[in-house]
Amino acid sequence: MQNECKCNCNTADDPRYVELKAYIDSVKGNEGIAMSVLQEAQTIFGYLPLEVQKFISQNIDVPLAELYGVSTFYSQFTLTPRGKHHIGICLGTACYVRGAQKLVDKFVAELKIAVGETTEDGLFTLDATRCLGCCGLAPVIMIDEDVYGKLDDVDAIPGILDKYRG
Amino acid sequence: MNINELNELKGKALKDLTVSEGYRVVVGAASCGIAAGAKTVLATLQKEADAKGLKNINIVPAGCIGMCVYEPIVEVFAPGQDKVTYINVDAEKAAKIVAEHLAKGNQVPEYMIKDGAVRNLNEIQFYQKQKRVVLKNCGYINPEDINDYIALDGYQALAKVLTTMTSEETVELMKASGLRGRGGAGFPTGMKWSFAAKNVADQKYIICNADEGDPGAFMDRSVLEGDPHAVLEAMAIGGYAIGATKGFLYVRAEYPVAVHRLKIAIKQAKELGLMGKNILGSGFDFDVDIRLGAGAFVCGEETALIASIEGKRGMSRNKPPFPANKGLWGKPTVINNVETLANIPQIYLHGAEWFKSFGTEKSAGTKVFALGGKINNTGLVEIPMGITLREVIYDIGEGCPNGKAFKAVQTGGPSGGCITTADLDTPIDFDNLVAVGSMMGSGGMIVVDEDNCMVDIARFFLDFTVDESCGKCTPCREGTRRMLEILDKITLGKGTPKDLETLDELAANIRLTSLCALGQTAPNPVLSTMKHFKDEYEAHVFDKKCPAGVCQALLSIVITDDCKGCTKCVKVCPVDAITGKVKEKHVIDDSKCIKCGACIDACSFKAIIKK
Repeated sequence: MQNECKCNCNTADDPRYVELKAYIDSVKGNEGIAMSVLQEAQTIFGYLPLEVQKFISQNIDVPLAELYGVSTFYSQFTLTPRGKHHIGICLGTACYVRGAQKLVDKFVAELKIAVGETTEDGLFTLDATRCLGCCGLAPVIMIDEDVYGKLDDVDAIPGILDKYRG
Repeated sequence: MNINELNELKGKALKDLTVSEGYRVVVGAASCGIAAGAKTVLATLQKEADAKGLKNINIVPAGCIGMCVYEPIVEVFAPGQDKVTYINVDAEKAAKIVAEHLAKGNQVPEYMIKDGAVRNLNEIQFYQKQKRVVLKNCGYINPEDINDYIALDGYQALAKVLTTMTSEETVELMKASGLRGRGGAGFPTGMKWSFAAKNVADQKYIICNADEGDPGAFMDRSVLEGDPHAVLEAMAIGGYAIGATKGFLYVRAEYPVAVHRLKIAIKQAKELGLMGKNILGSGFDFDVDIRLGAGAFVCGEETALIASIEGKRGMSRNKPPFPANKGLWGKPTVINNVETLANIPQIYLHGAEWFKSFGTEKSAGTKVFALGGKINNTGLVEIPMGITLREVIYDIGEGCPNGKAFKAVQTGGPSGGCITTADLDTPIDFDNLVAVGSMMGSGGMIVVDEDNCMVDIARFFLDFTVDESCGKCTPCREGTRRMLEILDKITLGKGTPKDLETLDELAANIRLTSLCALGQTAPNPVLSTMKHFKDEYEAHVFDKKCPAGVCQALLSIVITDDCKGCTKCVKVCPVDAITGKVKEKHVIDDSKCIKCGACIDACSFKAIIKK
């Protein structure tokens, strides 16, 4: 095989690598696939560790340096593992003028982590996100796929967090 | 499929859409509707209708109906009757709507606006002042069903162009319509097309810019979620006009619902032969592909967007060469924004003169705005160009909530500025908004009231641009950071008069020397607030006060006469700033206080406040 993995990592048996390889094979030959392969890899692995980037580099013939450049440029890519639940506090303008900063402060106090960090138990990652486009519900947060709107009362937050702790 | 077959399908689809008996029930299910609970409502309506064995009931999801405050919204259409709008519907209300309205024909006034005083949305001023061209199908058709789109003249414009017009005529009509790009800058679309059309190349591209990054703007998302085929049809028309056979939709990754619906739309269009090879038997081939962004605001800039589609870091480059000459993979490329494209099928169906009948002389047509912030009626509004900001804010938006005083409206997002009461009677168009020191931008319109600090708002936007600067050119990468540091200083009460001068100077240099529009416009929010709200800046710098009471460091925490002397606050204060005897009013030493607010949380009598 022309583009067989030549590194010594133990990827052949890992079903995640098999899945990624299958995706790469399905898009190979198209131009400019680096981004979509990285996106797919992040969906599969949850983040983009260096080994995964090396694997991609070898399989799509894009230098690792270039891939690393791409994966560190875009805010949606992460090189470190994330918590089980992802909390995104919308810091779009509408949310901001409606008091999103208070929500950030409350989450920081409740979880005892800074924005961008993951709790020690690996349960939550806290992020301030770009506009989620639900400006009518401002201020808005998103935990995984769930959207919580009109969060004017910061005291509602501990209760919301408890739902994910169970 | 050929044109006759398209028309046949149209006739059939129209019959299905305009129910001849029974009801068509539409649930607003754009991202925000879904966030408010639209999926539960849809499922409940269907389940209840099935359980009752009701016939001739067509329950469908639609895009954004426009009035976010009332989500989830359910609208019931019946032949020969005005529609009925139910608001803030939940599962329980949905079940009752089925049991009463759909099963027995008894409307449920208590779930309507003002308990039935307003029976449908068309009766309120919010809609009466609007003119829906781009949003004509949004919130009515099912975006996941191509038949609904075809029923309402969908793909007729493409058919007309492919069978009765040459590429040159197609470009000429676009020029004649006066359509200007809705992404922000307002460049004439017809001109853009003509540049790319003139270039001879083995391959050309048309790209739909759906990287709607302006915080507080959701027009493009709403169009993609509510009427995706309109965008696809327009891309095919544009492709024919410039000679491109391949299109890309560059969508920001934060919009999963839009991407999902676009994928369905592309699949359905391909199945019917409205995309792909030999469209409608005309010999014209056109194919589209979706590319996802990964969270970079700068990718809304044309050259950065192209770099991103090519799989690279989304960094902008010098222009010229313009994308129309050298774009994607070095080939002539046209990039149009979502809203711009959504206008296009209408223009070819009704003609350039029709389009020019709305709007002003230099800004034809309508503009969609995402009205948000401190405004009663947040939502998606489409207005003919030329109506005033006052009409949008007071007639459509019904002013600020809780009786607070309007302070300014921010347009153009991180590239724009704010407009104060003095300029509210300005008719909205591209040139007028620039003249009053802001810009049209993509359509975010954020209202701020007396409780918002303008220095803080400027700091907010600059924080955004600093974060989103791609880092390629120094003025933007370093200059905006220095400006942010100064604004941070000012909001912390450490600003000096010299800082205000330095801000001005930096702003002028960044504007002149940045590589792309992101940097060139980054100082605008600061300049605009400094111009209109100089007093607020001066209060921060000279008096060390934040008049709106936002900037934490400039606030004092004080104990009011409600204090009972319980000493709770003394115990929680981490810096021992509070003194007082038991059962007597306590006091805070402002020089020691770090404004952490622990005492406010601890006080059982709400006797400690920020001032």
